[in-house]
Amino acid sequence: MTVLLLAEVNKGELAVDATAKAVTAAAQLGEVTALCAGAHAAAAGEAAAKLDGVSKVLVAEDPSLDHRLAEATAALIVSLADGYDHIVAPATTDAKNVMPRVAALLDVMVISDVSGIVDADTFERPIYAGNAVQTVKSKDAKKVLTIRTSTFDAAGDGGSAPVETVAAPDGPALAEWVEDKVAASDRPELTSAGVVVSGGRGVGSEEDFKLIEALADKLGAAVGASRAAVDSGYAPNDWQVGQTGKVVAPELYIAIGISGAIQHLAGMKDSKVIVAINKDEDAPIFQVADYGLVADLFQAVPELTEKV
Amino acid sequence: MKVLVPVKRVIDYNVKVRVKADGSGVDLANVKMSMNPFDEIAVEEAIRLKEKGVATEIVAVSIGVKQATETLRTALAMGADRAILVEASEDVHADIEPLAVAKILKAIVEEEEPGLVICGKQAIDNDMNATGQMLAALLGWSQATFASEVAVEGENAVVTREVDGGLQTIKVKLPAIVTADLRLNEPRYASLPNIMKAKKKPLDAKSPADYGVDVSPRLEVVKTSEPAERKAGVMVGSVDELVAKLKDEAGVL
Ligand SMILES: Cc1cc2nc3c(=O)[nH]c(=O)nc-3n(C[C@H](O)[C@H](O)[C@H](O)COP(=O)(O)OP(=O)(O)OC[C@H]3O[C@@H](n4cnc5c(N)ncnc54)[C@H](O)[C@@H]3O)c2cc1C
Repeated sequence: MTVLLLAEVNKGELAVDATAKAVTAAAQLGEVTALCAGAHAAAAGEAAAKLDGVSKVLVAEDPSLDHRLAEATAALIVSLADGYDHIVAPATTDAKNVMPRVAALLDVMVISDVSGIVDADTFERPIYAGNAVQTVKSKDAKKVLTIRTSTFDAAGDGGSAPVETVAAPDGPALAEWVEDKVAASDRPELTSAGVVVSGGRGVGSEEDFKLIEALADKLGAAVGASRAAVDSGYAPNDWQVGQTGKVVAPELYIAIGISGAIQHLAGMKDSKVIVAINKDEDAPIFQVADYGLVADLFQAVPELTEKV
Repeated sequence: MKVLVPVKRVIDYNVKVRVKADGSGVDLANVKMSMNPFDEIAVEEAIRLKEKGVATEIVAVSIGVKQATETLRTALAMGADRAILVEASEDVHADIEPLAVAKILKAIVEEEEPGLVICGKQAIDNDMNATGQMLAALLGWSQATFASEVAVEGENAVVTREVDGGLQTIKVKLPAIVTADLRLNEPRYASLPNIMKAKKKPLDAKSPADYGVDVSPRLEVVKTSEPAERKAGVMVGSVDELVAKLKDEAGVL
């Protein structure tokens, strides 16, 4: 079996954690060729070549592939698809944008957010916000999958796979990039951090969200948020954890002023240790927490920040 | 410009899902069903485009069981002008896969010729996040997924997208597919008079065969199981106790 893996490349750089986790899943299916695509992708290709389990790297550099626009990226993958049984990517927003398009162009069903690989045709994936796990067997000749990275360990690096370049196919330019609004941050990335501190509606304001950030910084943690906190403008959209936000599984997840709606739990209940701080002792978050503290967050969080 | 909005009937987002003991699926009998929340946002966006004078007509489409008529009536009550029901199954437990849905939608798009299709970004039952992208692929159209802002400017739509790193703005050539994310808007509730009026709006009933589409699934569901349960934890009485537990017992500090 052969696998084409769309590596996660941001602005020419390999997103190592997401890609390495998808490599672990892909390697269970067969021989992995990693594809690094972008306006600049050579450096990402070099980095992907070092991942254990990658046996070949393809680098596609073309202005049309800049910003990973779905149309051009999908066309590239389809142009390479012939030689592969599986086409795989980590389930990032970029890949969720591209891979269903690839699948439809190949007339196969996409299998999103794969959390377990049973065999070459059979996969497990969460449905209903993670309240059920479905095992599906694909009847399609080619399988197009996105991999839920939080359930696979990252592949190590010790490899030295050969790197080849491939050309992007010509196609009409249907979409154009305008701008990115990305807040620079020194904090670890949410989906790969060992510790995540998240705040919810209970935090009450953007101003007071600084309490959450201060605790996170003391712990060297990433900052997360509930949908309500993002909707209310306390936190940016890319901090949202949940069914429709990011899925995290850190060693330690601290939920503060978050009630624990199923849509939020969907994004964090695979964390190793969960701490909940909430003033309502009946908050559902306590049902999944390893350690629960019924307290006013405005007292407990500064105290915790001081004492850790 | 005509706007097409596909809507799906799904389990209400407030309902606690129960996996059937025999592993054959999730229990949907006698469970509250609603319009997929992301599709409500898509309908709302279409209505706002109409209120701005950009959209001229809104066509809501649902593909599923006959009961999806209620979902379409909700879309009509919110402000869609007419509806198309494609009855693709008689079994309320059957889920028509995104690929088949996209194929039916493609045929409808070719008939209706909308300038824009607004889908929800994902259905909260199968959580696939695929139909909009698949439809865009089949039509050879551009796609602007996970939208938090949409502006139609002449031949283009300028769309801000929620992505892993923050926000990305792209410009797509119309006709195009947009998929709605949570923060695109806050959907309105249908008023009682509008619910009454919706009963008189046109609703066509069709079948997949009318569009020459085979809806048989490509993915065989082998089983459906409960996710791993978390063990019940303990309550601590103070921050000091919490810190001690995290250090000594959990070893995570
Ligand atoms: C389609 C759809 C998708 C969704 N996707 C997501 C998602 O991806 N992620 C997500 O998080 N949600 C998601 N939601 C929303 C979800 O249903 C909940 O509405 C949301 O998670 C609630 O956020 P919250 O817990 O911060 O707010 P609330 O439910 O309002 O809870 C606030 C909590 O703060 C506590 N509190 C208040 N003041 C204090 C204080 N001073 N000290 C301590 N505790 C305090 C309260 O007791 C309460 O428990 C989605 C919903 C839908 C319909």
